[in-house]
Amino acid sequence: MIGIATVLAATIRLPFLLVFAAVLFSAGVYGVLARRNAVLVLMSIELMLNAVNVNLVAFSAYLHQLTGQVFALFVITVAAAEIGIGLAIVILIYRNRETINVDEIDLLKW
Amino acid sequence: MTAQEVVFLILAVIGGVGAIRLVTARNVVHAALYLVVTLAMVGGTYLLLAAEFLAWVQVLIYVGAIVVLVLFSLMLTKAPIGQETLDNQQRGFAFLAGAGILAGLVFLIQGDFGGKWISLQPVTTAQVGVSIFRDFVLPFEVVSVLLLAALVGAVVIARKDEGPAEPPERRVPLIGRREPTVGPREGARP
Repeated sequence: MIGIATVLAATIRLPFLLVFAAVLFSAGVYGVLARRNAVLVLMSIELMLNAVNVNLVAFSAYLHQLTGQVFALFVITVAAAEIGIGLAIVILIYRNRETINVDEIDLLKW
Repeated sequence: MTAQEVVFLILAVIGGVGAIRLVTARNVVHAALYLVVTLAMVGGTYLLLAAEFLAWVQVLIYVGAIVVLVLFSLMLTKAPIGQETLDNQQRGFAFLAGAGILAGLVFLIQGDFGGKWISLQPVTTAQVGVSIFRDFVLPFEVVSVLLLAALVGAVVIARKDEGPAEPPERRVPLIGRREPTVGPREGARP
């Protein structure tokens, strides 16, 4: 039987967080590989970056060091820059080619 | 199972289902809204791990800014609806890759971190600020310059090209358009 002290103790199993991050990352991999729409591919990349952030924060709490949280902040900043550039490129491609399906943008394919 | 674990399992189930629905949705706007659900649940996980500042940064930047950007670009590109137009032909291979990565990661996690527990301690925003500005000043400045460069670059890439030769070109069709309207009127007067 679980005592009340166990229920109220501020602890959590580390593998739960890591498996949650693994689920998010795998869903992101599936989305990047299976989607044709470039905006959906970018959204799947955001999902993978979020999985990495969950890992960083989980290990930051596990090791009682703040470095993981600071790196998660940097990753969020770089993700914002990446999605800004990515969506600008997508809109430019749509203006030029009238499509954003990534398998129809094959000018460099031999 | 502690109270934190119960709350986390609720968050994780909602977030995981949202992530899977995000990559399988047939409607692109629904996919963007599932992205909101997943990102909010990840923010709740940060809050549960006592990373309060990071949780609000997640809500502000991801749920507030990035999802709005994604929705705007979905509207601007007139994205179609339907699984056949949104997915390509390698869906089975993609599922195999995703499931393989998930199985491998779960195996490694269970082997390496099977019985580990996190004892949660509250982290104040002041501690995060001290850590950034004491240990990570140079990366912080580099990341700020990177963000500025990326946003200026996004504006430069996405705006329409307006060369200096356009005003004379615009004047020529105006004259050409006015002449036929003047011509018949003068011809109709006598």
